[in-house]
This record gives sequence, structure tokens and C-alpha cells, in this order.
Amino acid sequence: MTEPTAILAAEKGRSLWADAWARLKANRAAAVSGLYLIIMALACIIGPFFTPHHYTTIYQDYNRVPPSLSAYPKTDQMDLAIRDAVKRARLDLVKWEEKDGKVVTTVSAAKPIDERVTRYLDRSDMLENTQVAVTGKSADGLSLTMTSDVEKKYFFFGTDNSGRDVLTRVLMAGRVSLSIGLLAGIVAVVIGVLYGATAGFAGGKTDEIMMRIVDILYALPFIFFVIMLVVFFGRNFILMFLAVGAVMWLDMARIVRGQALSIKRQEYVQAAEALGVTRWGILIRHIVPNLLGPVIIYMTLLVPQVIILESFLSYLGLGVQEPMSSWGVMISQGAKNMPSANWLIIIPAIFLTSTLFALNFIGDGLRDALDPKDR
Amino acid sequence: MQPPILSLHDVRVTFTTLDGDVEAVRGVSLDVHAGETVAIVGESGSGKSQLMMAVMGLLARNGRASGRADYRGVNLIGMPKSELNAIRGSKITMIFQEPMTSLDPLYTIGNQLIEPIMRHRHVTAAEARTRALDMLRLVSIPEPERRLASYPHELSGGQRQRVMIAMALANNPDILIADEPTTALDVTIQAEILDLMAGLQRELGMGMVFITHDLNIVRRIANRVVVMRYGEIVEQGDAKEIFANPHHPYTRELLASEPEGRKTPVPESAPEILAGDDVHVTFKIGGGFLAGPPMVLKAVDGVSVQLKQGQTIGIVGESGSGKSTLARALLRLLPSTGAVHFDGQDITTKSVKEMRPLRSEIQVVLQDPFGSLSPRLTAGQIVTEGLLVHEPSMSAAERDRRAIAAFREVGLDPTLRNRYPHEFSGGQRQRIAIARAIILKPKVVVLDEPTSALDRQVQKQIVELLRKLQRENNLSYLFISHDLAVVRAMSDHIMVMKDGKLVEQGTPDEVMGNPKEAYTKRLMAAAFAA
Repeated sequence: MTEPTAILAAEKGRSLWADAWARLKANRAAAVSGLYLIIMALACIIGPFFTPHHYTTIYQDYNRVPPSLSAYPKTDQMDLAIRDAVKRARLDLVKWEEKDGKVVTTVSAAKPIDERVTRYLDRSDMLENTQVAVTGKSADGLSLTMTSDVEKKYFFFGTDNSGRDVLTRVLMAGRVSLSIGLLAGIVAVVIGVLYGATAGFAGGKTDEIMMRIVDILYALPFIFFVIMLVVFFGRNFILMFLAVGAVMWLDMARIVRGQALSIKRQEYVQAAEALGVTRWGILIRHIVPNLLGPVIIYMTLLVPQVIILESFLSYLGLGVQEPMSSWGVMISQGAKNMPSANWLIIIPAIFLTSTLFALNFIGDGLRDALDPKDR
Repeated sequence: MQPPILSLHDVRVTFTTLDGDVEAVRGVSLDVHAGETVAIVGESGSGKSQLMMAVMGLLARNGRASGRADYRGVNLIGMPKSELNAIRGSKITMIFQEPMTSLDPLYTIGNQLIEPIMRHRHVTAAEARTRALDMLRLVSIPEPERRLASYPHELSGGQRQRVMIAMALANNPDILIADEPTTALDVTIQAEILDLMAGLQRELGMGMVFITHDLNIVRRIANRVVVMRYGEIVEQGDAKEIFANPHHPYTRELLASEPEGRKTPVPESAPEILAGDDVHVTFKIGGGFLAGPPMVLKAVDGVSVQLKQGQTIGIVGESGSGKSTLARALLRLLPSTGAVHFDGQDITTKSVKEMRPLRSEIQVVLQDPFGSLSPRLTAGQIVTEGLLVHEPSMSAAERDRRAIAAFREVGLDPTLRNRYPHEFSGGQRQRIAIARAIILKPKVVVLDEPTSALDRQVQKQIVELLRKLQRENNLSYLFISHDLAVVRAMSDHIMVMKDGKLVEQGTPDEVMGNPKEAYTKRLMAAAFAA
């Protein structure tokens, strides 16, 4: 061999991760679920910028309107709104009609009518640009004809009790639920992996003490723990991550410790010890990378658990607060309106369950992909 | 001549993987007659096990078999499971390699023996129990009544393999398939099991298929030998004929794969490099706050070693004899008593931190080429890990150069250094493990069974490599193995250990040619009887 050794390029190997990735892609259910989750996440992140309504805007005239693909207002709603507006202006409605996309309203009164009454009509969520028609005012001023533009609004998923757009709100809620799921999941994984790996690798007395601490924390009732946190730190969004993450890492630590114990006895760890690698080096280079497989699987199963826990906390009033919302909150509100406005529970429930399904499919797929026995 | 009991015709086995189809067996045809033993021999990956798995319908989920496997005129390949179950486990039975895992640890031996007998023979539990006892007697297990109530972990490896044989024979099979039944056992036990199987086969007159990678094992058991390579039969014929007059070059290679040569002893005056004086290692088992005093196991019981520069000391003994533990004590990886000197320094009391600089000079190569390399690191990262510890100032480019040099030194293509361990074969992995040890330029290398997980030919190559490295770098080896042929070829001093004690030591010719102790004699007889 005569070529200089320094420029010898090495061909690329295929790591176990690349292997697992290829197997995961070949798994139809997991691949579709992954795509679905990505779309869901993107929709929640950028969707609210493109929906026609803000998630806090309240449309008083549109309480609990059902989902519809065609534009609101419908004629009967308009009738109600116009009558309402005219009554507020202390006028009598003579007639109203829709002509060329405009609403023409004729009113009368016992005293001459001030032209500023157009404002009363504008105040409704359905009409705007109300003007007195060219020949609108009668000579005695006792009758007035006004033309208004119709404000067309779309509520694809309907509106809630206060008249807020459910589409925008469910996407906003998705942001909260997904980010709590992800962040609390990451918090749990990072703490759990480091703690568990350290305990398992250190072994002996250290392991004993560390795992007894885990046992003690296990014994604390979760709700009590969260209430305590709320009492001390006040109600806070960040606290949710902390509370959920702080409980979830316990399982993680136990799983990881078991894995670390078995990896510690592997020959490659002995070989590294014989090379003189420091304990920290062994932990980071050998133990943690080799236990990531089960950790990733557990994390995909942990995220749905966290999302459900968050719903539960929010239901108890310990979680996110209005006007912010999460899927759990929306479902609990929807449950109260089930007979009259079933879309209020069906829509967030579809979002939540489909996401949980997708996560579980991915978890299943990952388990198959990372399991070396199935090779 | 009678028609064969099992007749394979053009059997093919294909595995579907992400990289496309892999053909493991490519059209194998062979016959097994009543009362004969057919040995299927080949290196790992030759498809010899998959062939029989296909016949038994035990292929992994991604595998498919085609062709015909006629058992008394019925084709087994493609047969529905329900019908197949009437034949397998009763008329065709199988013994596997690993006696530790092929028995279910949750059930007693009795349960595991009696149940299949009841199912296949439709007899009462009492009758099945009698039959089970007969079978245990047949395979010469002492105290069979007591053994029926034992759990697998209470039995030794050899006894478990005997139970497996008893299970396989309980329903009077026509054909017994044995897949490397002795590979996981110590030499003395290996010999006993082989004798037992040969005897039973003669007595019961069944056909036997014996799968192994070691051609020399089949010498005393097979009537006919089938040599397989790359999923095809390269040669088959009468056993005597094949041993006397092999036609195919591959068969000759297999036959000649016993490691050859001897090591020239080092001069008396060579400086001593690693010495352990009266080394004791004890393990405490159980015990604790409420459990009472722990049981003390003396794993190494007063053994002294003097390793000179350039010397190879072979340590032999059965599993559990304490040979690996002794090595780990000398490496200071286990707490032990008794002074250990390395290169003139007393390292007995050195802390982990104080030992670290010395670690580059005493290296170790472990047995399992699958377990000793971290699956998440590339071969290059594995080989250079020691440099990170001992020469932390070295640049990444320089490390890469050293890795390339080390790869060349152990005969591996350096362009493969970014591959991961699972992409290498067993022999290549062991080369990586050796490269990891020698990249630090050590003075002493402890080789803990470096060849026992490898096929014979690969073993020979590794032995050659180790010799070359020793010559070039004046290394001293501590060579631990239960494989006496390899030890004889490698070492200039041999120590025989049993139950943590040194039984006998001397030059290879003294110990192997003219053993003094009864235990050594027994060991030698078992290993070189063939």
C-alpha cells in the first residue's frame, strides 16, 4: 500500500439508527402517523395566523353556531339581529330585505329619526357600512331606509358558548397540548435518563439512596404535589411543565436504571474500563447511547400520558386558564354542552384522540424498528 | 436399500430484508436414512442451520422456504402449522446449541419433559412420568427422580443438554436434528455428550442430522458428511472417505483448520513484566442486613503468575475455573489480595486514578466479538477511544491516521472504519477489538478467550495475527482459553486451573504430552481424543 494514509477516505457505515429509521419508514402505520403529527404540529403552529378569527374574539350574535362550510350569517340569524338592533335604537322595523348582497332596512318612529341610528345596525356582528339610502329619508323624517353591507363570516367548526371560533381555538389549544406533551416529555426524559443512568452505573450505596428517593417521590400523591406547587408559586403555565415533568421522570428513571444495570455488564463497558476510560466517559459514550432505544420508545408513550394529565389538571382548574385553552379544557367545556352543541366536544376530541393514536402507532413502530431481536 | 426417511430436494431459503432478498440456502438436496448420522458442516453463515429450520418450519418471520422436504413421502415445506405440529416434536425433534436458554426457567424439568409426552402420545400423567424417568436414565442423569422436580438453573450445562436430548428422544423420533449441541460446553462435557448421542443413535436406530462448524467433532459420530458453504453443498460423501480423501479445497481447508505450530520459548533471562503473587479473589454472595452472613466464593485461590517479556502464558480450565477472574484481578479490574507487580512497580494498592496512565500498557481483548464492541460507535471510534484517554491532546486528524495504521496492522481495510460493528463478521470484529488494544502500544495484552466464539478457520487467522503482532512489537500475552489446541499453538508456558486453584503448569509439551495430574489427563483425553 503506497498511497499516503492521511487522505484515505473512509466509506460511510450504516448506523443502527439509520437501520432503525429505514425500518420505521417501511412501517406503513408509523410513517403515516409521523406525517400526520407533522401536519398537526404545523397546523397548530401557523394555522391560527391564517384562520379568519382571533381566538379571543367574541361574536355575540354567533353563540354556538354549528359548523358549516357556507358563510354566516344565515337569513334567520340576520332577521333576529336586525330586529334586535332596531329595538335597541327604539325604532320600529317596517321591513328588511336582501338585495344584491346588501341589506336594505326600513324603519319608522313617532319622532323624527336621527341619521346616527346607523350605528346601531353597525354594532351587530353581521352588518357594516350602514348608510342612509340616497332617497332614504322621508320628508317628515319619521321613516328611514338604510343600506348595509353584510359581514360574511366563516365558522368551519362552529363557535362556542361565548361565540368564539372553534377552529382557531382548537388550533391554539393544540399548541398548548402539544408543547406541554413535548416539553414535559423532554423534561422527564432528560432528568430520568441522567438520574437513572447514574444510579444504575454507579451501583452500590449510591444506587440504593438514589432509588429510595425515587420511591419517596412516588409515594407523594400527584394532585397534592401540584396543589402544593400552585400554592407556593401561584398559577403559572411553566409550572405545568415542571409539575408534570417532575412526576413523569420517576418511571423513566426506573426503566433507565434497569437498562443501565444490564449495559454495565456488557463486555464493551469492561473493555472501556480496561482502556482506562473515566466513569463519566463510560456513562456518556457507552451507556447513554445504548439505552436511548427504549427511552425513545417510552417517550412516545409518555407524551400522550402527559397530554391527558394536562387535560385532567386543566379540568380541575389547575392548568391553563381562559382565554388560553388546551384540548383537555375544550373537551371538558364541550362535555357540558353535549346535548345542544355536540361539535364542542366532538372536534377537540377528534384532535386529541387522533394525535394520541398517531403517537402510539409511532411508539409501536419504533419498538419494532429498534428491537434487534426482530432482525 | 430402504428409501430415506427424510429427503430434501432443492430446498431454498430466502430472507426478505430492507436491502432486498438474501438467499441463505440455494438449492440443497440430501437424504437421511434410518440409523445413519449425517453431519452438516460449514462455517457460520453457510446456511446449515437455516436449512434445518426451514424443514422444521421454524424460520424467522421474514424467511421463506421453497423446494421439497419429504418426510416419509409427505412434504413438510409449506405444510400448515397444525399438521406440522403432529410431526415436529414427535417424529422429528431438535436439540439447540444453547442449553442455558432452550429450557424454560419457570418450569421444572419434570413439567417440561412430561407435557410433550402426554400431548404426543396421549397417555396419562403417571405413564408420561414413568416415560420421563426412563428417558432421564437413558441419558445417564444421576438421581432422575430428584431431577424431575428440579428447575433448569439447578443443573449444569452438560446436564441441561442431556435433558434436552431426553426431551427430544421421549417420543421415539425417526429423526433427531442436533444444531451445534456441544459448542457451548466445556471439552470434557462435550466429549461425554458426543459419546452419549452416538450411543443412543446406535441403540434407537433413528436418523440423526448433526449440524456443526467443527469438522473434527463429527469424526467420531458421523456416517456421512455434507460440507456446506454460501448456502450450497460443496462436497458430500462417506465420512471416512471425506476425512481420508477430501476433494474440494474448502473441505481440505476445514480439515486443516486446527491451529498449527509452536511458540519458541523466551530465554530465561527475559525481564519479568507482569507478576501476581499468591492472588486471591473472593466474591460474597447474598448476605446483608437480615440475610445472615454471606456465602463466600473463592474464585481465585492463591495463584501466582510470572509473565516475562515476549512470553505467552496460556491459562486453561473449564468454565468456572477462575481463569478469567484471575486475569481481571491482574488487570486491577477486581479487588484482590496478593501483590501484583507490573514493570517493576507494585500496582496492588493503586487507585483507579493512579492506574489510568498504566492502562495503556496492559490491554485486554475479550471473548465475545459481538458484545465487546459498543453497537452505537463506529469501528474507527472504538479503536481510537483509548487515544482519547491516554493522549487527549492528539488532534482528530492524527487520531484518524493512527486508526488507519492500526486497521492495517490487524489486516482490516481502513476504508471500513466508519462502519458500525454489526456490519462486520465475527472475525473482523475480533480484529477490531485487537486493534483497539494495540493502538496504545501496550506491553502486555490479556487475551480472554479471543478465539472461542469464532469458526475454526477464522480462529486460525486470528492466531496468526496475534503471533505476528507479538513478533513485531515484542508483546507479552496472557492467553486464556478452554480450547487446548489453540493454547498449545500459542503459548510457551501453560497453567491449568480448576476451581480457582492452579492444578499444573509447565511447557506445552510437558503439560499436554505428559500430564501429571489426573484432572489434566482427563482434560487432555477429552480434547485430543478425536
